[in-house]
Amino acid sequence: MAELTYRDAVAAGIAQEMARDERVVFLGEDVAHAGGVFKATVGLLDKFGPKRVRDCPISEQAILGAAMGAAMTGLRPIAEIMFSDFLAVCWDIVANEIAKSRYMTNGQVQMPLVIRTANGAGSRFGAQHSQSVENWAMMIPGIKVVAPAFPADVKGLIAAAVRSDDPVLVFEQKSLYPFKGEVPDGEHVDELGKARVLRRGKDCTIVALALMVHRALAAAEILEKEHGISCTVIDVRSLVPLDTLTILAEVAATGRLVTVEENPRLCGWGAEIASIIADECFWELDGPIIRITTPHIPLPSADHLEDNTIPSVERIVREISEKID
Amino acid sequence: MDTKVKNKKSAAAEDDIGRDIRLELFRMQLELRLCEKRAYDLFLQNLIKGTSHLSLGQEAIAAAFGVAMRPDDYTFCTYRGHAHTLARGASMTGVLGELMGRECGLLGGKGGSMHLTDVSKGAMGSYAIIGAHLPVAAGAAWSAQYRGTEQVAVCFFGDGTTNIGAFHEALNFSVVWKLPVIFVCENNLYMEYTPISAVTAVEHPAADRAAAYNLEKIVVDGNDVDAMYRTATKYIDRARKGGGPALIEAMTYRHSGHSRADPGKYRPEGELEKWLEYDPIKIYRERLLGLGIVEATLTDIEGEVMQQVNEATETAKASAPPSLDGIYQHVWADGGAAWRN
Repeated sequence: MAELTYRDAVAAGIAQEMARDERVVFLGEDVAHAGGVFKATVGLLDKFGPKRVRDCPISEQAILGAAMGAAMTGLRPIAEIMFSDFLAVCWDIVANEIAKSRYMTNGQVQMPLVIRTANGAGSRFGAQHSQSVENWAMMIPGIKVVAPAFPADVKGLIAAAVRSDDPVLVFEQKSLYPFKGEVPDGEHVDELGKARVLRRGKDCTIVALALMVHRALAAAEILEKEHGISCTVIDVRSLVPLDTLTILAEVAATGRLVTVEENPRLCGWGAEIASIIADECFWELDGPIIRITTPHIPLPSADHLEDNTIPSVERIVREISEKID
Repeated sequence: MDTKVKNKKSAAAEDDIGRDIRLELFRMQLELRLCEKRAYDLFLQNLIKGTSHLSLGQEAIAAAFGVAMRPDDYTFCTYRGHAHTLARGASMTGVLGELMGRECGLLGGKGGSMHLTDVSKGAMGSYAIIGAHLPVAAGAAWSAQYRGTEQVAVCFFGDGTTNIGAFHEALNFSVVWKLPVIFVCENNLYMEYTPISAVTAVEHPAADRAAAYNLEKIVVDGNDVDAMYRTATKYIDRARKGGGPALIEAMTYRHSGHSRADPGKYRPEGELEKWLEYDPIKIYRERLLGLGIVEATLTDIEGEVMQQVNEATETAKASAPPSLDGIYQHVWADGGAAWRN
């Protein structure tokens, strides 16, 4: 096991797949010579050359359109959209073209491509560079959606995404890029559609994603020590496919569900999970479902405001300790 | 038999296009025309539902490229794409069946008129969001360049597309990467209901933008199938040899309205009549006769194509509605639609 940062795990995952398969190509804005604005793709140009690692104009529709056309004709492209907020300017390509072409052509069209993008708040960038938009992607039939919280998952899920014959949107958490963690040596490939239970408790089950996983874990420690509330924490990791079996089993075991979501409240991913639990696990519940989310507002930029907007460890502790006894 | 032998000596055999290609161009235009007319008739009989965008009057462009392209080249077209899909050799039964929502449809009834696709023929899809397929065509061209296959991607679109961002992104991108892609603007003078000239800063919506992307200005008579064929051949060959993209503006006119819902009443009096006189098939028939091809050869082709359309119509009509199983098939590569375990 080597210790890597989350950002180095991105490059390691891409490099592992590019070395294995010549059909894998990588394109985006400032990704090659500059190594990415978050320095997550440093070294790929040197390793694989300008034919396979390509800088693009600021043309998000062209980037994703080109990735799509290449995927339809025998390549397995990885495209970077610098900030997930920018998906809005090429959403037609994602939602209308990439997601639907296989279905509309009754399976004629192949679409093995990966879109990587930096998602989430914590960098004080304001409302157009800080959003958590995983719920946008989740609601489009035809796209798989993952959001890793740990460096090992970054590498493994990127590898799984590249090897998937379906389009996969990988949401990287921009505030986690410096985060360090153990990554298995040698080839590391994860599986799409698998949640992970990170700790088990008996009083409630917290379901979280990406940065919120780390906050949920920290909150669970405090809840245990200071409030005597013992929590299970699940890292969802993959929104589509969704590992409902793991979530249902763990919620049934504690009798309570808490979702911790960075996306704004309306139609956040936790709403779907709450709906599934209400449908299929209602009689196992000991109390109401709790959703802890960013409020339904655009994000403010000042550190003091931003910190009080997205769910914090303190807020998770407070809400759970007030509502669960 | 005697007629055919005699015809081979006609003047048409002597020039750069030649008799055989000319007859192929004539036949293909007829296939596109008669199949499209049949689609219209089937609408009137309520056998085709939804919307439909006909290419009547614009056949020369799709036909010329269809004949000029290599079988493994890629076509990307718009929701007005019946002609372009047929021109790559997609089955007429498959096209009419798809329009009628039958099991035999090219897409099993899941795409409909606006999304005709036949990947096995290089017809890589019909795209119903204006401009979306230009960058996708660039991507297919990139893939061909990367794989070193010398395939070319041809991307057809209407004049209205020239005012959307994806058009400009795709052109710049393709030129910078020197991709083997040909962008073909079919300028039929109207976007949907509004004349393109009323909403565009330049006279030629595509060709006058070419300079911004370091491309030459190319305007062709899109109703002259010989001119279209020569243009197609020239720029496809150039792209195949690594010479990069071209942007071609083909001037044409659609005989019908934008879609099924549009009778085309916004057009000035006499305009349609003028263009009907300049119908690509009408003028080509006259040209072929002038080049010494005997009329019987052409009427034979006309009879054969009509029979082909009739047979395709009957086969499609006899096809069952698609199985309901298809609703949950092919969302994913595993053939299914599961989003959870």
